[in-house]
Amino acid sequence: MSGSAAQDSAVIKTVRFEVLRYNPGKDAEPKLQQYVVPVTKGMTVLDGLTWIKEHEDRTLSWRSSCRMGICGSCGMFINGLPRLACNNQIVNLHSNVVVVKPLPNFDIIRDLVPDLESLFAKHRSVKPYLIRKDPVEQNLPTGEYFQSERELLNYIQFAYCIKCGLCMSACPTVATSEDYTGPQALTQAWRYTADTRDEGAKERAKELYSTHGVYRCHFAGACSQVCPKGVDPALAIQLAKKAAFLKVFSLHKRGRATSVAPPVDNWVANKDIPKAPAPTVKQE
Amino acid sequence: MRESKLWAWHIVTAAIILVLLGLHMGVMHLGAILHALGIGAGHPTHADEVFRRSQQLFFMVTYILLLGAALFHGLYGLRSMLFELSLSKTAEKLIGGLCAVAGFALFIYGGYVAVAVFRLKGV
Repeated sequence: MSGSAAQDSAVIKTVRFEVLRYNPGKDAEPKLQQYVVPVTKGMTVLDGLTWIKEHEDRTLSWRSSCRMGICGSCGMFINGLPRLACNNQIVNLHSNVVVVKPLPNFDIIRDLVPDLESLFAKHRSVKPYLIRKDPVEQNLPTGEYFQSERELLNYIQFAYCIKCGLCMSACPTVATSEDYTGPQALTQAWRYTADTRDEGAKERAKELYSTHGVYRCHFAGACSQVCPKGVDPALAIQLAKKAAFLKVFSLHKRGRATSVAPPVDNWVANKDIPKAPAPTVKQE
Repeated sequence: MRESKLWAWHIVTAAIILVLLGLHMGVMHLGAILHALGIGAGHPTHADEVFRRSQQLFFMVTYILLLGAALFHGLYGLRSMLFELSLSKTAEKLIGGLCAVAGFALFIYGGYVAVAVFRLKGV
């Protein structure tokens, strides 16, 4: 082992993990279980949980995948805030006690595994994809669409959402009203509505501006505070409200969806780019 | 779009209330100060002064406008709070209907009082 590797694996301190354990089919109610975990340099909360599973308790359950803040699987309630377990180092929590619970506002499947079905159902309800009025163009797009950099900036930050559910678990309105569409789905509804390539604003408005849509937001801003990707759902909701207000009083700009860019004349493919493989699914 | 219209008017009525409550504060409190300084007619809360104001077209229109704005703003707010209780669609419709009926009835009653007092002018 090299000197730096030995330094990296050296135990800096020990912390007490208090992990919420619950098996709905077996336990009467959730309870906190304690583990003492040796902390090494760069060790994340997810690493801590893995250490517990490897050395202390093989029955501990959670959900994780990429370990680098991309997949959004390991959302947990860590020391009083919804966070991703994989991108929060234990030393940065500045505490000798790490309390880990499943995300609030969701049912518990087991231990730290939340049931995210409501999140995905709401996400699906806002039709989170580009909609074109022309069904042919919708199903078999013929080319790229024009879009300026400025038009891209209107929605790009909202496109960074990884569907981790942290915003939903931080939202005080989601906590009290299960019908509320919630910051994640509303942000995605606005992300596509604000996209100039989209023609589905009317379809999406049914959910976005419903009785339990953007107007139930109390603007607490907790969703924006906890987002691990820097998305600002509170802003998306306010922009959606502003757009609706201007539309009600006919003060909005009537924009047209962008069109398909015509093929470029005299276009020659870059020889260095390998040719795409043939489709594996037959087109009917 | 219906919810958008209701919410947009909720915002507009908030702005109206802000202006009219500013006017109310001016009349009630600035009026009292002016009265104490010997400027202006009577004390703003004296019955004859209240009647004098109510019989002016400007105040009659202002009262009706404030009544309408406050009723709409308040009842929409109440409806929004109740809707967060995860009620059934039927209960939501019932609450919406009750708010609309209550608002309309109170507006008619309050408007009638404002117009009736205005029409006492010269009596």
